[in-house]
Amino acid sequence: MSKKAIVLYLHAHQPYRVRHYTIFDTGNYHNYFDTNDDDPDSNRRVIEKVSAKSYLPTNKLLKELLERYPEFKVNLSITGVLLWQLENWAPEVLKSFQELVATGRVEIAAETFYHSLAFFYDRGEFEQQVQMHRDKIKELFGLEPTVLRNTELAYNNELGVWAEQHGYRGILAEGWDPVLGWRSPNFMYRPKGTEHIKLMLKNYKLSDDIAFRFGDTEWKEWPLTADKFSHWLSETNPAEMFNLFMDYETFGEHQWEDKGIFGFLEHLPEHWLKNPDHTFMSFNEALDTFQPEDEIDMPYTVTWADTERDLTAWLGNSMQQQAIGSMYALGEPVLSSDDLAIIDDWRKLQTSDHFYYMCTKWFSDGDVHAYFSPYDSPYEAFMNYMNAYHDLRWRLVQKGLLE
Amino acid sequence: MKVLMLGWELPPHNSGGLGVACLQLTKALASSGADIEFVLPHYPSDSGFEHMKVTSAFTKAQQFLEIENVYDSYKFKVTGEHREYFNISDQQSAFEEAVSYIASRAEFDIIHAHEWLTFRAALRAKWETGKPLVVHIHALERDRAGGADGNPLVREIEATAMMLADQVIAVSEYTKQAIVDDYGVPADKIKVVHNSIDVEDFMPVDGYNDYKYFVDLKNSGWKVMSYVGRITIQKGLTHLLKAAAETMRREPKTFVMFVGNGEQRDELIELAAGLGIADRTFFVDFQRGKRLRDAFKVSDLFVMPSVSEPFGLVALEAAGYDVPVLVSKQSGVAEVLQSCLKVDYWDIDEMANLMTSVLRENALAGELRNNAKREFERLSWNGAANNLMNIYRTHVEGVPA
Repeated sequence: MSKKAIVLYLHAHQPYRVRHYTIFDTGNYHNYFDTNDDDPDSNRRVIEKVSAKSYLPTNKLLKELLERYPEFKVNLSITGVLLWQLENWAPEVLKSFQELVATGRVEIAAETFYHSLAFFYDRGEFEQQVQMHRDKIKELFGLEPTVLRNTELAYNNELGVWAEQHGYRGILAEGWDPVLGWRSPNFMYRPKGTEHIKLMLKNYKLSDDIAFRFGDTEWKEWPLTADKFSHWLSETNPAEMFNLFMDYETFGEHQWEDKGIFGFLEHLPEHWLKNPDHTFMSFNEALDTFQPEDEIDMPYTVTWADTERDLTAWLGNSMQQQAIGSMYALGEPVLSSDDLAIIDDWRKLQTSDHFYYMCTKWFSDGDVHAYFSPYDSPYEAFMNYMNAYHDLRWRLVQKGLLE
Repeated sequence: MKVLMLGWELPPHNSGGLGVACLQLTKALASSGADIEFVLPHYPSDSGFEHMKVTSAFTKAQQFLEIENVYDSYKFKVTGEHREYFNISDQQSAFEEAVSYIASRAEFDIIHAHEWLTFRAALRAKWETGKPLVVHIHALERDRAGGADGNPLVREIEATAMMLADQVIAVSEYTKQAIVDDYGVPADKIKVVHNSIDVEDFMPVDGYNDYKYFVDLKNSGWKVMSYVGRITIQKGLTHLLKAAAETMRREPKTFVMFVGNGEQRDELIELAAGLGIADRTFFVDFQRGKRLRDAFKVSDLFVMPSVSEPFGLVALEAAGYDVPVLVSKQSGVAEVLQSCLKVDYWDIDEMANLMTSVLRENALAGELRNNAKREFERLSWNGAANNLMNIYRTHVEGVPA
């Protein structure tokens, strides 16, 4: 009987937000992402703020925990667009990530470089972006990822099959009850239609206790301590592993330091590892240790977002559909332009956050969506984005690739 | 002839056609010999006019935090450290008090009030001074409500003022008929004075157009349909969008541009996306000066399908900038501009049909443009001013008009 494991996985990402961009910029200025640093929501200042509040203190703490507890393991994913921004504006953060990985007990998952939904619109483009991300991770960290996570944990059977065909050992998805039925996310599974690859499902109840509910003083379990949380996990049987998947920015940004989130993280290994039958695992250790209990069939796309666990936060309204559809429709002329600036702008405009800002389903999920948008309203976000889309289109017209 | 004129806005602090019409009208009246003091709630003193005296009713002690939109249903009034909520009814009351004070000290022969917001003040000034009152109807509550009844309190003010005034002026036959039908005001009490436009007020359009994207696309065969004005239910813009979607099925290289702002904008954005034409629909925000002129200059067709439009001065402006015009039959401007296309605002198929024809047929567009231009050159505010001066004299001197 193997030890019960926590598989802690933190996802770090920041988009290149589109600056205030009007029709009078269209055809004149192509610097969509040159947000004004006088604005506290500029791309650079967001990176600086999140670095100070979250990345730097969390990485420091993770490093201490890795030094203190030989059994402590962490799994990360860091988008390519965040890595670029860190290289430019916060190299000390990048260095701290590299130091974590250098311990040999931190793994990084593969994903799209641009945090895009390309898998659902343009398969060739998706493959390109995953490869770009692999190259970047290899360059900066010397790692070759063996586990895939798609943007927003968006998963369906087709993605599972794709990942197996492309040599991945594991893939991540949401452990959503309507799909799992009586089964528990605390075991290993196999995607439908595959033979070797394994599927690791997020335990959203336990993950969201930390990521969403931790600072909620109205919550009946508040305050959540590492002791109490470890106890819950100990008492949950049968279980092989607890997949705690969340945004990296949970630590210090979504949940603030003054609510005690760092103290929680600091004491979690101590309480969990008190029992010698408990451990932490990297993705690959979990994949080596646990065998699939069953096959999971997800014909429809499931994500880790909102109460619906679907793509409606990004593609639910007609503005979002029009914006993303228009952008992907430019794929052929963009790629045939051989113009690296155009290709890069097109890809940065694929980042899913742009469509999230256009979400109008405020009423049921408002608090999460309202969390951060640089725009006054979803409508402003849409108009701003479309003006940039038209500029990209204009550049293609100038090159004779469109009319 | 000394006129105490009451209004709610003047350029450049205007949100729409009312301020423009008031300014043009006063210029023409002044050159016909009227001596005008124009009182409005708030006007920054640094942008005065030579042809008339402009008086702010609210003193500097009552600074408004928000003066961008003169029709905000509420504002904050700040007096020193004091800050209070100030709704549209409070604003009218304050305006009434201020006008009463101003009227008690000013010398004038007649009171001329524009739009319902000034009517309470106008009635009180008439009561206190005994001077004749002319109320000028630029729009009725049912127009603003897009054909519905609208706010009964506003209707009440309009009805009372029209009944008690010595003279009612309507900006079109269309509006006169509505006053007779809806408010029961006797037809012989209402005179129509059409709005107009002066050729010499048109600013030259210089070579570089700010809408570079449209200019470049037009060079590769794209066409632009535009609407300029407030984005509000009165204007029938959902019909415009639906007709545009139909038109784009036949003429895919077509854009629609909305220049302006208003409460209906977000609804139109969603509608455009739902119709699948959001990638060819632009919302350009409120513009004035060069960017307003340039918007006309990139347009191949100006469309204003108002559900109920007392006049619609902007359509004349469009014609003045050589843009073919399509307006609803429910628009007063159609009474003075013959060379334009007219359609029932609800007839989306016919609207799409006309749009497509203008975009496809250069000959049709050219005829509309040239003939409108010819009509346009005969227009001026002088006719309106002469009519008004006669009306003033009738009431002041008892001379029949």
